[in-house]
Amino acid sequence: MTAITITELERQYIVLTQDGLPLVPKPYHWLADKLAISVEETLAMTKDLLDRGVIRRIAAVPNHYKLGYKFNGMTTWDICDERAQEFGEKVGQLPFVSHCYLRPRHLPQWNYNLFAMVHGRTEQEIKEKQHQIKELLSDVLQTHQGQANDILTSTRILKKTGLRLRNGKK
Amino acid sequence: MDNLDKQLLNLLQKGLPICEQPFAQVAEQVGSDEATVIARLEDMLECGLLSRFGPMFDAACWGGDFTLAAMEIPQHDFEMVNEIVNSFEQIAHNYERAHRLNMWFVIGTETAQEIFDVIAQIEQKTGYKVYNMPKEKEFFVGLYLPV
Repeated sequence: MTAITITELERQYIVLTQDGLPLVPKPYHWLADKLAISVEETLAMTKDLLDRGVIRRIAAVPNHYKLGYKFNGMTTWDICDERAQEFGEKVGQLPFVSHCYLRPRHLPQWNYNLFAMVHGRTEQEIKEKQHQIKELLSDVLQTHQGQANDILTSTRILKKTGLRLRNGKK
Repeated sequence: MDNLDKQLLNLLQKGLPICEQPFAQVAEQVGSDEATVIARLEDMLECGLLSRFGPMFDAACWGGDFTLAAMEIPQHDFEMVNEIVNSFEQIAHNYERAHRLNMWFVIGTETAQEIFDVIAQIEQKTGYKVYNMPKEKEFFVGLYLPV
């Protein structure tokens, strides 16, 4: 994975907002004040961070579980390498897919190269979504060893900690 | 959750406008007012309906490196290996999953080299192989859960 290069001021921006944007009428005024730059500069910096993909989006992140989306499954697929990029993009665009990646195979233990995490309100919904992906991938699915796709459901969370940027220089 | 909450949830999962008074603009879109929108968001954060509100950063800007790794652990050694794996501060998430490869975790480190060091240490301490699956390509990540 390629690291993204950010300026010291952008680093401060992340440190100040990694817990969230303050719920006040003028949040960018608050941020501008903390960064000691103008509001215009803060808004321009925000847009630039979005354009560069440093910020994916500024949005509400719901708790899946509380919204009734109690089921998730990591669907995994063995698709032909030549068209993996093209079809990975198609799967990534499905609204119910939260993460979509190409990863290396480890034959014979692991033959899947495409990962797509799906969310749903029922187990049936997960199966339907898995089926939708299967239809989308029908032309490129292949099998290195008997099975073209699988779904990994988590049976237990063993550890869950967030990633945080430390305040101050590394 | 009333209709306004649902409207806000559906709209704000997609993004907040970038402007001086974003909540006023959102209020206009849903036929409410700025103070109400802010109060509703505060309530939704308070009750846990929202886990956060604000910028979502690409993990790459944290300056380190990340990978997904999996292990095939027989049941009788599972807890022992779990304890060893979780003892590394570089392990951010770890899940038991129903598959031949039954332990899946994310390794996050300050440098790329450290990933290999952590993997080597886990293999040495547990006696089991770690299958490293760094992402080769990431596609648009944008979950939308309509309510």
